[in-house]
Amino acid sequence: MNKIEKDGMNRRGFLKKLGAGVVATSALYGCSSETKQQTNAASGTTKELGEMTYRTSLTGDKVSLLGYGCMRFPMKKGDDGKEYVDQETVNELIDYAIEHGVNYFDTSPVYLQGQSESATGIALKRHPRDKYFVATKMSNFGHSSFENSKKMYEQSFKELQVDYIDYYLLHSIGGSMDDFNNRFINNGVLDFLIKEREAGRIRNLGWSFHGQQEVFDYVLNMDVKWDFVQIQMNYADWRHASGRNVNAEYLYQELEKRGVPVVIMEPLLGGRLSRLSDHLVGRFKQRRPNESVASWAFRFAGHWPGVLCALSGMTYKEHLIDNVKTFSPLEYLSDDELDFLEDTAQLMLQYPTIPCNDCKYCMPCPYGIDIPAILLHYNKCVNEGNVPKDSQDPNYREARRAFLVGYDRSVPKLRQASHCIGCGKCIHDKHCPQRINIPAQLKRIDEFVEKLKQETL
Amino acid sequence: MNSKIRRILAIVFFTLITLLFLDFTGTIHTWFGWMAKIQFLPALLALNVCVVVGLVLLTLLMGRIYCSVICPLGVFQDIVSWIAGKTKKNRFSYSKPLSWLRYAMLAIFVVAMVAGVGSLVALLAPYSAYGRMVSNLVSPLYLWCNNLFAGWAEQAGSYAFYSTEVWIKGGATLIVAVVTLVTLVVLAWRNGRTYCNTICPVGTVLGFFSRFSWLKPVIDTQKCNSCGLCARNCKAACIDSKNHAIDYSRCVVCLDCVDKCKKGAIKYVPRKKAVAKSSSAQVDNGRRAFMTATAIATTVGVSQAQKKKLDGGLAAVSRQQKPLRETPIVPPGALSARNFAQHCTACQLCVQACPNQVLRPSTDMMKLMQPEASYERGYCRPECTKCSEVCPAGAIRPIDRAEKSSIQIGHAVWVEKNCVVNTDGVSCGNCARHCPTGAIQMVPKDANDPKSPKIPAINTERCIGCGACENLCPSRPFSAIYVEGHEVHREI
Repeated sequence: MNKIEKDGMNRRGFLKKLGAGVVATSALYGCSSETKQQTNAASGTTKELGEMTYRTSLTGDKVSLLGYGCMRFPMKKGDDGKEYVDQETVNELIDYAIEHGVNYFDTSPVYLQGQSESATGIALKRHPRDKYFVATKMSNFGHSSFENSKKMYEQSFKELQVDYIDYYLLHSIGGSMDDFNNRFINNGVLDFLIKEREAGRIRNLGWSFHGQQEVFDYVLNMDVKWDFVQIQMNYADWRHASGRNVNAEYLYQELEKRGVPVVIMEPLLGGRLSRLSDHLVGRFKQRRPNESVASWAFRFAGHWPGVLCALSGMTYKEHLIDNVKTFSPLEYLSDDELDFLEDTAQLMLQYPTIPCNDCKYCMPCPYGIDIPAILLHYNKCVNEGNVPKDSQDPNYREARRAFLVGYDRSVPKLRQASHCIGCGKCIHDKHCPQRINIPAQLKRIDEFVEKLKQETL
Repeated sequence: MNSKIRRILAIVFFTLITLLFLDFTGTIHTWFGWMAKIQFLPALLALNVCVVVGLVLLTLLMGRIYCSVICPLGVFQDIVSWIAGKTKKNRFSYSKPLSWLRYAMLAIFVVAMVAGVGSLVALLAPYSAYGRMVSNLVSPLYLWCNNLFAGWAEQAGSYAFYSTEVWIKGGATLIVAVVTLVTLVVLAWRNGRTYCNTICPVGTVLGFFSRFSWLKPVIDTQKCNSCGLCARNCKAACIDSKNHAIDYSRCVVCLDCVDKCKKGAIKYVPRKKAVAKSSSAQVDNGRRAFMTATAIATTVGVSQAQKKKLDGGLAAVSRQQKPLRETPIVPPGALSARNFAQHCTACQLCVQACPNQVLRPSTDMMKLMQPEASYERGYCRPECTKCSEVCPAGAIRPIDRAEKSSIQIGHAVWVEKNCVVNTDGVSCGNCARHCPTGAIQMVPKDANDPKSPKIPAINTERCIGCGACENLCPSRPFSAIYVEGHEVHREI
């Protein structure tokens, strides 16, 4: 959590400058379209906070363009030393979200070590059932028998404390055709879910996708009516998807062609699109000095008419406030701004960060390695110019110290990359949605650290 | 030379030598490492002829100035004694030399050295006794303070400080340090330099020479009114004021008597030279400096910097346990276990300097407190030669990185039943991946099946015993590969 907190500093700092004035707004959902003006005397900025932008689903739901991703809830350490969802804070976050017109909440049985669904359920139970839409998933990774899958489905109702689920997804398909067939076709799970939709316990049925285009095309063209599809989409992945992932432009256009509403995940790449190098941050601030770097990514997500909802895993209230502001109402991108984002995406390619979004699917590592912490530290150093190419670099000494001292701070010695034995459990059991070859990356970082330590770079 | 200059010099030496034991970054060593190397016993053990001859000449010239300026244990006792003197003035008195005890202690010391009973040598050596007290009792406070700063630096996004591990490296050594401290404080509080003139072998040896020193405090019998004030302020209890005699073998040349004498009857002058000039009363400017040093020595404890909170979904990992080694490992540069045992005074300087938490004091009775290597917390990294740089006693000879990479201090041993290939059924190879000399190759477990999981094959000829394999082995609680020490180090 500390890492996220630290890395979220830019946005928080920015928000502090804007002032807390943004906080006090009245409930807008279902209200008149009257807009309120808020002025911050300190900075002199004026922001009109209007009504949340909504889109309509195939079933006629009026869905807020900003959706709440329940994968990054705040956690706190319990008496037994384990991490638990900070329910009190989650309740406050969700209250604020609903009060400001957010009505789509996306969870899964496997998020937050299995705690996300019940935490979401507890927080939502405190609101009328018709004020929100809840989305959860069939996350039958590894154990995909029909019985086990059905149990998982039934458990979701109990955890969420609902008698119908608004949006139900086949979780993260795209690894391979075999994987898809094993999890949903051969065991009859998809047939079962379609019957559940007929029975009204599932109101919208769709799937989330990471990975191979072959699977995407196949599933999209199946003889099933898909109510929505969830894809990873942002200005970086639009034309420059990392690794073996498919460009979002293609995915979006295929869906739009067929009239299938698109739910967007990773619009901010787990915060990576707000943690940019100083140079890129400067470019954004030049154009819109009073808007956060993150707001650009969300405006991109909302810009496309086929998008039903863009999910954001908001850990902190400040993120939530900022995002609500971005979407109330959404300011569409100009053509010039679209070109500017494409330029930015191309510039980003020059920074060789590892596309880790800190989703923690790879965890826990059986040998105790803190994989996301290592990758995030590496990315931070890339963005801050602390990954020297060789010992002749002008800032070599400072960069070396920053990398090594920061490494020990971010990751305890016993959890560092040098302890990775390359067993591959992180990529075999549940594949990395970003297709990062984790053992190879850890080995590469470990070799880099060795070179820094031995000064043989 | 007067007492003011003497005190300032003493404070400078005392503070910097103390910092040598506290500074874990190695910065102070670069500039003041020589201060440890001019200590008498370490220099003698290192066969550092220049230093030994120099110290003997210094003593022949100025008396046992070594004991009241260079020796940190001596200055430490002066500080204790000075604080005690705040409440009780004029508290010393002349006592006859306990010569039999001094020579008996010296004899025991020499015998212990010849017989190779390192623990006894270490126990009696003054500089080492001080080093143990600082490294065991003051260092943790210093490191906690550092970690507190590191915590703040982290919040401020600065890399100026980095935190370091604080752990009890040896229980027995800690106890010895506490006992030494209590004994010395009691002795110094009551009787000043009792330790230096009865137990300390260095004091006894230098006492032989200081009898004949050129400069020495001399009582001018013409001026002396036999008031005895000098004797009552002599922490070495060596002034027989009734007979106007000073026992120069015990005098540590603190020059307090020169200051105290109201008649100006005592002068620090060349032998047989009567000087008639009277000294004026002096303001003790040295006191403030003493206060500073005392403040350093008694730094208050500060709570440890907050540990980082871990994110969810982390598997528990425990630390490795120390394997039973038939032969203990001594660091590269030590040449052999015997050479090491004969030279080491167990001052703990290398233990403090080791940035990889490899060195810690031994618990073996014969070489108690002398350092040995173990790899549960880190391994002897290829780029590090810190211990060989700081050792003042020649127990660890100076080596460079290239030499280190070819010195075999031990060899790795594979423990089949612990290897994750056998226990978890996964391939690993972390030992081979991290071996700096390429001494480990992974070979298929089943010779007939090239696809079977691979196990490490150690080429002990190429292994240098650095412990990278042992430290990075995933097996718990015991590593599946560990290092056995070599009695005699070899070049590969």
